[in-house]
Amino acid sequence: MSLEPFVQWRGVAAPLLRPNIDTDAIIPSREMKRVSKAGLGEGLFAGERYVSASGREPDPSFILNQPGFRDCSIILAGPNFGCGSSREHAVWALKEYGIRSIVAPSFGAIFANNCVRNGLLPVPLPQQQVEDLADWVLEAPQNHRIAIDLEQQRITGGSQELTFTIESGARHMLLNGLDAIALTQTRWEVIEAFHQNRRSLRPWLYES
Amino acid sequence: MAGTLFDKLWDEHLVEPQSDGTDLVYIDRIFLHERTGSIALASLEAERREVFCPEQVFCCMDHIVDTFPGRGDETTMPSGRDFIVATRHATQEAGITLFDLGDPRQGIVHVVSPEQGIVQPGLTLVCPDSHTCTQGAFGALAWGIGSSEAEHALVTKTLRVRRPKTMRVVFSGELSPGVSAKDMILHLIGHYGAGGGSGYAVEFAGAAVKALGIEARMTLCNMAVEFSAFTGLIAPDDEAINYLRDRPFAPKGKAWEQAKEYWRSLKSDAEASFDREIHVDAGQIEPSVTWGTSPEHAVPISGAVPIIDAEDMPGLERARRYMDLEPGQRLRDLPIEAAFIGSCTNARLSDLRVAARVLQGRKVVEGLRAICVPGSMQVRAAAEAEGLDEIFRDAGFEWRESGCSMCFFAGGEHFGYEQRVISTTNRNFESRQGPRTRTHLASPATVAASAITGRITDPRDFL
Repeated sequence: MSLEPFVQWRGVAAPLLRPNIDTDAIIPSREMKRVSKAGLGEGLFAGERYVSASGREPDPSFILNQPGFRDCSIILAGPNFGCGSSREHAVWALKEYGIRSIVAPSFGAIFANNCVRNGLLPVPLPQQQVEDLADWVLEAPQNHRIAIDLEQQRITGGSQELTFTIESGARHMLLNGLDAIALTQTRWEVIEAFHQNRRSLRPWLYES
Repeated sequence: MAGTLFDKLWDEHLVEPQSDGTDLVYIDRIFLHERTGSIALASLEAERREVFCPEQVFCCMDHIVDTFPGRGDETTMPSGRDFIVATRHATQEAGITLFDLGDPRQGIVHVVSPEQGIVQPGLTLVCPDSHTCTQGAFGALAWGIGSSEAEHALVTKTLRVRRPKTMRVVFSGELSPGVSAKDMILHLIGHYGAGGGSGYAVEFAGAAVKALGIEARMTLCNMAVEFSAFTGLIAPDDEAINYLRDRPFAPKGKAWEQAKEYWRSLKSDAEASFDREIHVDAGQIEPSVTWGTSPEHAVPISGAVPIIDAEDMPGLERARRYMDLEPGQRLRDLPIEAAFIGSCTNARLSDLRVAARVLQGRKVVEGLRAICVPGSMQVRAAAEAEGLDEIFRDAGFEWRESGCSMCFFAGGEHFGYEQRVISTTNRNFESRQGPRTRTHLASPATVAASAITGRITDPRDFL
C-alpha cells in the first residue's frame, strides 16, 4: 500500500485553538459504525458539527460549517491536539474530509504517528506562531491560505514565514509516500536473526 | 554505564537503529480488541499480508460487547455485531488466541492480559488501545498504538519508533487512609497538566509506589496516557512476580526460576539519570475528583472549580459551561445522577473490595443510577465468591458482565443527556459517556460514597 506523498500544500486553514482536543471530539465513538477505514468523514467533529447527536443538520456556529472555511484542508490547533484514545479513525475521518495537515504546538503521540502512517502532516509550531497564523487567516479565510513546504520545512501565511522541525523518519515517509511495512520488510534478515536469538535468550516467552 | 529500567528494556529489544532516526524495536506480544483489531486484521487480509507469529498475538472482545446478563453477539451499539463476527472470523483465520464472549476468561484487555500471565516483566507488548500503558505496572514496556502500527507489528514483529526521553515520578512518603492510586495519578495530572508527560516514558517510583499492590500499580500506569506519556512503568518486585505465578501463560517449573532471576534484575541503576524528575509527597494527596472535561481538571475533593477569566482561558470556560458549574463552586456535595464503577482503570478485585466496604449495609440514594461492571469475568467470579455481588446488589447497584461498557459511548447504552456521573474511568471528555453527559473522575471509594449520598462525597466519611 503506498500513500499520496506530502511535498507541498496550500489551502484554506481553520483555527480550532482550544487545548486538548481529544480523538473522541475528532470522531465520536458512536460514529465508528463499520469494520472499515472508510465512511468516517461525515462523522468528523460530529459532536460540534451537527445540531443534534442523532441528526446531520449542520450547526452554523461550528467553524467548518461557515462559508469562509469551505474546502478547508489545514487545521490550526491548540496544544495536545489528538490526545486520548488511540483510534486511528480520527485520522481516517480527517483525511476523508480533506484535511492534509494539522498545525499545533503539540500532539497526542499516538495521533501524530497515525497521521504520518496515513499521509497527513502534523506540523509542530510554538503556540504564539499558531495564534499569529490564525489571526491572519481569520481576516479573510478563503484568500489567506496557508502554504506548507515539507521539503524546506517551511510554513507561510502572509508575511509570516516560519520554519518547523519534524522527526526525520516521519519527514522521509511523508515526502515519499512510503508504506512503513514494506520499508521494514527490507530488513527481514536482521529481524529474523533477532527473533531466533531472542528465542534462546528468553525461552520462557515461547514455551507456554 | 548506569541505565534506567526503560533504557534497559529498550536496548534489549532494539533490532537496529534506522537511518531515518527511528529505532526498529522487537515486539514480544500483541493484543487486539474487536474495535480496532478487526479493522487491522481485515486490512492485512485485503493486502494479502500474514501475521508473522500468531501464537504471540491475543485478542479480547471488550469494547462494544454488551454487559447485560444473557448477552450475545447482538449489541445495543448499532452494527456492533459486525465487529464481533468479523473479529471472531479474522482471529480464527490467523490463528490468534481469542477471549470471546462466553469464555470465562473474557474481559477488558488490560485486565485479562495480566490475569492470564500474558504480560510479564521485561517484555514488549503493544495493543491498538491507548491504555496499554496499564501493563507497564509489571515492568514491561507496554504502549498503545494505532491500527496501522498494529498491522506493522503483526506482520513484522517490530515497530519503527523514536526513542522517548525518560522521566521518573517519585511518590515519597505514605498515602493517607482513604487515598488510592487513582488519587495519585489524578493529583499528578492535575498539577503537571494533561501534556505533562509528553515525549517521555515515565517510571513511577518511591516508597508510596512500592507500597501499592499490583492492581493499584496498574491503575497508576493506566492513566500515564492521560498525562500524554509514551508509557508508564514500575520496576518489578516480588509483588509483581508473585502475582504471575501459576498464571496460564506464565512460565512454569525451571523456566519460572530462570525468568524470575531475570525479572529481579530489572530496575533502574542507583546512579541512572533521567531527563526529568518529579517529586510528589504522597502524604499530601487527598481523594481527588475532576470538575471539567480533561483529566488535568483534577482537584482535591475539598477543592473548587477555578475562577476563570473567560477571555484569557476559553478552554477552561468552555469546560466550566459544559459541566454546568459556577466559578469557585465547591465539588463536595455537588448532586449527581449516576455512579459508574468499571473500566481498565478501576474494575479489578481490589477496587470492587474497596467500593463494597463503603457500600456494605448501605443503599444508594433513591433515583440514582448505579452500575458496576467488573474488569473481567474472572474478577466477577472472584468477587462473587466473596459475596461482593450481593453487597453491590443490596446497595442498589446493577451487577454486570464484563466489558469496557459505559467508559465510552459507542452509540448504544449511555448515561443520558446532560446527566452528571461520577465514574472510576479515565476520561471525562465531552460526551465521552453519552451525549452531553458530564463526567467526574474519581476513585472507587469516592464513587461508592457519592452513590450513597447522591452527592460528590469524601470517602473518608465512610471508611
